[in-house]
Amino acid sequence: MALLEVNNLGISFGGLRAVDNFNISIEKGQLYGLIGPNGAGKTTVFNLLTGVYPPTDGSIVLDGVNLNGKSANEICRAGIARTFQNIRLFDKLTVLDNVKTALHNQIKYSLLSSILRTPAYFKAEKAMDKKALEILKVFGLDRIHEYRASNLPYGMQRKLEIARALATNPKIILLDEPAAGMNPTETQELMDMIRFIRDNFDVAVLLIEHDMNLVLGICEQVKVLEYGRIIAEGDPIKVVNDPKVITAYLGE
Amino acid sequence: MFNNILEQLINGLRTGSIYALIALGYTMVYGIAKMINFAHGDIIMVGAYALYVAIVLLHLPVIPAIIFTCVVCSVLGILIERIAYKPLRNAPRLAVLITAIGVSYFLQSASLLIFKATPIPFQSIINIQSINIGGVTISGITIVTLVVTTISMIALTLFINKTKAGSAMRAVSEDMGAAQLVGINVNRTITLTFAIGSFLAAVAGILYICQYQSLKPTMGALPGIKAFVAAVLGGIGSIPGAMLGGIILGIIESLSKAFISTELSDAIVFSVLVIVLLVKPSGFLGKKKNEKV
Amino acid sequence: MENLKKKFAGKQAFINLAIIVLTYVLLTVLMSAGLLNRQYTSLLVPIAINVILAVSLNLITGFLGELSLGHAGFMSIGAYVGALITINMDAPEIVELTLALLAGGAVAAFFGFVIGMPVLRLNGDYLAIVTLGFGEIIKSVLISMKITNGAKGLQRIPLYTTYKSYTLVFILMVISILAIMNIVKSRHGRAICSIRDNSIATQSIGINVSRFKVMTFVISAFFAGIAGVLYAHNVGILKPTTFDYNKSIEILVIVVLGGMGSIRGSVIAAIILTALPELLRGADDFRMLLYAVVLIIIMLFNHSKIKEGLLNNNIFGKLFKSNEEKVGE
Repeated sequence: MALLEVNNLGISFGGLRAVDNFNISIEKGQLYGLIGPNGAGKTTVFNLLTGVYPPTDGSIVLDGVNLNGKSANEICRAGIARTFQNIRLFDKLTVLDNVKTALHNQIKYSLLSSILRTPAYFKAEKAMDKKALEILKVFGLDRIHEYRASNLPYGMQRKLEIARALATNPKIILLDEPAAGMNPTETQELMDMIRFIRDNFDVAVLLIEHDMNLVLGICEQVKVLEYGRIIAEGDPIKVVNDPKVITAYLGE
Repeated sequence: MFNNILEQLINGLRTGSIYALIALGYTMVYGIAKMINFAHGDIIMVGAYALYVAIVLLHLPVIPAIIFTCVVCSVLGILIERIAYKPLRNAPRLAVLITAIGVSYFLQSASLLIFKATPIPFQSIINIQSINIGGVTISGITIVTLVVTTISMIALTLFINKTKAGSAMRAVSEDMGAAQLVGINVNRTITLTFAIGSFLAAVAGILYICQYQSLKPTMGALPGIKAFVAAVLGGIGSIPGAMLGGIILGIIESLSKAFISTELSDAIVFSVLVIVLLVKPSGFLGKKKNEKV
Repeated sequence: MENLKKKFAGKQAFINLAIIVLTYVLLTVLMSAGLLNRQYTSLLVPIAINVILAVSLNLITGFLGELSLGHAGFMSIGAYVGALITINMDAPEIVELTLALLAGGAVAAFFGFVIGMPVLRLNGDYLAIVTLGFGEIIKSVLISMKITNGAKGLQRIPLYTTYKSYTLVFILMVISILAIMNIVKSRHGRAICSIRDNSIATQSIGINVSRFKVMTFVISAFFAGIAGVLYAHNVGILKPTTFDYNKSIEILVIVVLGGMGSIRGSVIAAIILTALPELLRGADDFRMLLYAVVLIIIMLFNHSKIKEGLLNNNIFGKLFKSNEEKVGE
């Protein structure tokens, strides 16, 4: 059985069928792409998978655990982490604290420990600092961990969001347009980073992206969405040459 | 007993229609500027004092005094929007909310400085005989209140649905950015909304003061908050909702005062708010809105 | 670099400790030398009470990013519970007061939980109104209940926390400040701050937002309850109308003036805003007007071009900035 098994997922907003009969099966450590024209429902799929919207129908099973009806924070703890198309960082916290916040469920101590500053507090905080800096280092953000998140340039904010998602120790990570607003050099760096985290953190990646260089460069499988339905899937090179896909992007 | 209930219902209708007038101001401003104008209740108080100044101190006849009151409140509404809210249009909600509370507090303490804390008695300007239908007495003030609020609501509904400025309002409340793109003057529309809301508050203030006949600086707070509860009950942002919510709330209040406890009637009104927010946060006629992710 | 940071954190703790001890020593010296007249000594406990109130409200407003207008309500619960215990009990002072503090805080915290529950499903604006309504409900319940002696209120509450027991009050204040500071700088505090900055992202990293919102309300209400107990045993009489909307606003003004999210700011503002009206007697009517103006001006200033200008200005910039440098592209 695959790591993530999604069957017949769908949602309606009022009369509009935003996503219909969406199936996907992602293996451990797989790099999967989700592409399609604007408004096709890609982000909605992410929102369904991460519990932001409850699906109208279908099932989501991660590693044998049924995630239907679970709330967003439970789904994250079950092992699905994500980033957002419009970056959502904790602006007033430092870079380091953004990542440490995401370690909330990994390294714990009680409220009483934090009020009384027990040894458990110091030990756990130290472990958190170490782990957070380790993750930040992957993205080259460790040098600037004391800056406020809102003061980072755009590209670094995107990377910080990925670092934060990674800190929740996910089995699969969903990236919503990670390369948006990046220049070609940054995009190249990003591709290396995605491969690196897949290899070293043992996660599968599902990403939404418009940058075809990135999709063709790293995705092993892709699915194409149009009007909420899958219109093509499989090997990236084949898919992007599929006449149906070209029509979807460019029109008749 | 039956007559008693009927009389309480009519009382509730009277208070409720005043709440509805105030609630309209909350709901319109919320619909357009996406903020709760905390100071709205205090406009009622300003209206009441303006009427007092016009009639008792300036010895104006009734009609000019009413016009004076409405003008004072509308101008005040516009000034508040321009000075305190407009600079914060893109600020976080918390900042806008705190500013609105500051404005409310400002109006209260300013009138405390000018008119002092001692309540000022005020003679009602409405002198109409009460009528008796089948053993149920309906006071003159009730009749006037019901007639005035009905006319105001019909006029407002027509204004919003039939005029150009009204459709601009609907457009801005739907999507401010898009309205701007199609050439609607958003700033002017928001100003107009505040002016109309404050005008309705002035009318409510006049009716309210004729009923309670006593003025004090904090008199606007409680009806203001209750009207807000009414707006939420009906579905904030919805104009028919505000009317419906106001009347329902007035009736609930009047019945609980008569049959449960006068002291606890405010507590009951607030419990209604909590229950509505828990069970159906969008109110009776409101639209449910999700944050876009 | 790590070491440097740790040294700095240690230094910070040392400075805090030094300030606390120095303040206490200074107070003791002044008191025993008889240099403080009655007017000043009578201010000590009210200042401490307002510090606790402001710091605990700051947890909700500054760190969680929600507005509570019912803080006086939590305070009144603590005050009444505490007073009822000490009035009706017959035990040594220290036992009675300890019990009163614990019970007052706990019952207030319970109401914090009750209020926190509906709040979970509401966003900012509604929450403010619900907390305001809650304050009013508490007031009318206190008026209508027999045990609280209705509108007449409670009298002859033992005066356990006058200026004479300033040591105890001082210690309680310091404990409250430290507890809240420690919570803010912990995994729990980070969760609370992350809700303020972006609640959807907070959910997405596996934090139960509802739980932390309730928790914040419970903690904040607990300390407000403690402040209420101190208040009751400082003035000796309680009236439901003392804990009205105006009191909640007064606390909010302290928090806003001190800076939302700044504990030290809350402490300083609480001292100034408690002492100032006492020292400027006669201008009482203007005080409320001033509060209103403070709220509006600070909000407008915080989001104005003037502040941006000052930030970019070298001299003033340093005053405001600290740690906010822009990272180069």
